Amino acid sequence: MSGKDQLDRAKRGIDSNTLLLFITIALFVVMYAVGCIVYSGKGFAHVQTFLNLFITNAGLICVACGMTCVMLTGGIDISVGSLIAMDCMILAYGMGVKGYPSIPLLVFVLTVGIVFGFVQGFLVGYLQIQPFIVTMAGLFFARGMTAVICTDQISITEKANPTFYAWANAKIYLPAFLGYTNNRGKVQIPFIRPTVIIALVTVVVIFLLLKYTKFGRALYAVGGNETSAAMMGLNVKRTKLMAYVLSSFLCSIGGICYCLNTMSGSVQQAKGFEMDAIASAVIGGTLLTGGVGNVIGSLFGVQITGTIHTLVTTNGKLLSSWANIATAALLCFFIVLQSVFAYVKNRSK
Amino acid sequence: MEEQILITMRDITKTFPGVVALDHAQLTLRKGEIHALMGENGAGKSTIIKCLTGVYERDAGEIHMAGIEGNIFNHSTQEAQKIGIATVYQEVNLCPNLSVAENLFIGREPRTKLGMVDWKVMNRKARKIMDDLKIRLDVTNILENYSLAIQQMVAIARAVDMDCKVLILDEPTSSLDDTEVAKLFHLMRGLKKKGVGILFVTHFLEQVYEVCDRITVMRNGKFVNEYDVAELPRMQLVAAMLGKDFDDLATIKPEGASAAGGELVVEARNLSHKGTIKPFDFEIRKGEVVGVTGLLGSGRSEMVRCIYGVDRAQTGTEKMHGKDLKINAPIDSIKAGMGFLPDDRKADGCFAELSVRENIILALQARQGLFHTLPMAKQNELADQFIDLLQIKTPSRETPLSQLSGGNQQKVILARWLCTHPDFLILDEPTRGIDIGTKTEFQRLVLKFASEGMSIVFISSEIDEMLRTCSRMCVMRDGAKVGEIDGEMTQESVMAAIAGGEQQ
Repeated sequence: MSGKDQLDRAKRGIDSNTLLLFITIALFVVMYAVGCIVYSGKGFAHVQTFLNLFITNAGLICVACGMTCVMLTGGIDISVGSLIAMDCMILAYGMGVKGYPSIPLLVFVLTVGIVFGFVQGFLVGYLQIQPFIVTMAGLFFARGMTAVICTDQISITEKANPTFYAWANAKIYLPAFLGYTNNRGKVQIPFIRPTVIIALVTVVVIFLLLKYTKFGRALYAVGGNETSAAMMGLNVKRTKLMAYVLSSFLCSIGGICYCLNTMSGSVQQAKGFEMDAIASAVIGGTLLTGGVGNVIGSLFGVQITGTIHTLVTTNGKLLSSWANIATAALLCFFIVLQSVFAYVKNRSK
Repeated sequence: MEEQILITMRDITKTFPGVVALDHAQLTLRKGEIHALMGENGAGKSTIIKCLTGVYERDAGEIHMAGIEGNIFNHSTQEAQKIGIATVYQEVNLCPNLSVAENLFIGREPRTKLGMVDWKVMNRKARKIMDDLKIRLDVTNILENYSLAIQQMVAIARAVDMDCKVLILDEPTSSLDDTEVAKLFHLMRGLKKKGVGILFVTHFLEQVYEVCDRITVMRNGKFVNEYDVAELPRMQLVAAMLGKDFDDLATIKPEGASAAGGELVVEARNLSHKGTIKPFDFEIRKGEVVGVTGLLGSGRSEMVRCIYGVDRAQTGTEKMHGKDLKINAPIDSIKAGMGFLPDDRKADGCFAELSVRENIILALQARQGLFHTLPMAKQNELADQFIDLLQIKTPSRETPLSQLSGGNQQKVILARWLCTHPDFLILDEPTRGIDIGTKTEFQRLVLKFASEGMSIVFISSEIDEMLRTCSRMCVMRDGAKVGEIDGEMTQESVMAAIAGGEQQ
């Protein structure tokens, strides 16, 4: 990078998209800091509380990554919540009722994700149907299929599948100095679960994919201007198809994480999960119109919504619905902010 | 044949349902020249370009290109790009959300050994390209942060870097200001020196004389002639573009009813809309028919859009019947008694899925407010009355508008405004694309309404048509009103006014 470019960069400052990302990150830090101060007596400041954010939301992080990719193309995928329910049901039914081993079941679930995404992507990319309609059909299908597999709530017990049970309860300990001594004098060493590793690896891989591969850049180009992308020789249809395949695949990974958290399958599971994923992506700076956004933002988007929930539950007296209201307010805030930036940009031209 | 010839297009014919868009048209482009392609609306400029770049497939004709055997047939823009024909459109075909460098390289990014996009190399190469073209910008910045002119130059740079031999610029200057145009011309001259053949489509006469070497003029889908710019006076160019051979219209008495003493109906002072029309004055009296003339893109439509308030005026004042008029949206002007028949009827005027009746009563309904529905009997009566009056050829008043021919659609939209009994009616190219018989009828109707006291603005690309109907004409050039002519008007005097500048 030459000195001239750096100078130019310094002069123009940060562009509005980067600024949005910074605001998201800053908001997360502020919210968390406020939580630490107000609820320090209730253990909010413990490292474990922070790590729990990742543990609880591991599935959502994966799903939000996929959602970001789809939204970059200007599309949307509202089938993810139902797909997670179906994945969990397949796992729970397979292990809990049929007693199948875990590895083949996991491979099966991931394959289902790819096929599911392929069908949706084909309809959106090649037959040019509205993504909302296509994935809404996917939503109904997956939710319905979950009930077809089994209408009961099934738990995966240690007896049914010891391997899976062990994975779910595995603890990966962090260095001891991060821990604290509880009031019984016992040292609590903070830990994470394998799902956190899966989620973070997903974020890193997708980040690299978006930044450094032809496919990743094509996602941005298609979202920026579809006609132009086609004119410049990109295969728009295939890019869209791949985006939906990726979304459903990541959703299935998220489904596995989700199942490792809940250890059960039921028809009602993960209802409205798609909206959480979309909200996280939007808060993280992804535009619904496509072309702008990245997974780091979405990761923080997930963490912000997660923090709100934690704050509300830590408070203990507030109705849990206040978390929804806070999320709604945040969404409005970010969307208004985005349009204000867009407006200022147009004005200054 | 000269050896410098890059592209020859011969006998290109292209028909669309009901229209012959190109009729044995031809075009020759030489190496290292800037070649203007000129013609009025419907001349076939964009069609012939689209046949070359593979957007349309021609019905007949031959295209030959230097260095390539045989007749070329492009099926897509990508194919055309592969053999070195690149196009830069008025609306830039790049991705605004990506960096300049990426826009130059997307689809062919330099990659590292691992197959990852190599941003360092990409930015370096991009900087070199821009430096070579003497364009100063930060290639890592996002494209939409730059002006349209820069964006267009990036598009051109991309085309050049992909080894294009033929560069087609489709009205690149329409939305640029003077300094930006100068930059673009500088770039074009540089490319010319490198031997690129540039095909330049524009309406701006000044620009043609500034930068082009040759001109091909087209009219009504036909090739008119090819000229050397240096040897072609402006008057002749305008004459060639407008053509003098349309005296086949039925003659109507060329007496635009003069209304010198009548009451002022609309009076506009200093109106303007940024980027489309510079400040202008306008007035019209009761029963007067005023023409607006000028080449396409000279600001004809922009002026009336500003008066009517589709494009909200940013400066100036407007009075109607002596009272101040504040127009925030077209509904205000409708309520004040204006009517507007837009030139792009597909986009601005036509509700193709609605029936003829619904299309007719629409403006009246809008003026009344949506909660005071017109009684059905009244609607039917109005519809029948105008179908009869304007002789609209439709199976019934409930037929969807989309099933009618272009001329009849135009009449339906005219009826829409007539039934609101406007005091002031704007007709922007009402006769474009309709057959000669209907055209004549239209002109008669205009004169009839004027004699009944309506004030009408009439815009047409055909001077003859306006000479027959108008008593006064506003002359537009390059986005500004440059004057008015009245009294004895002839083809020659009007064309001279349009051409402006250097005269014979």
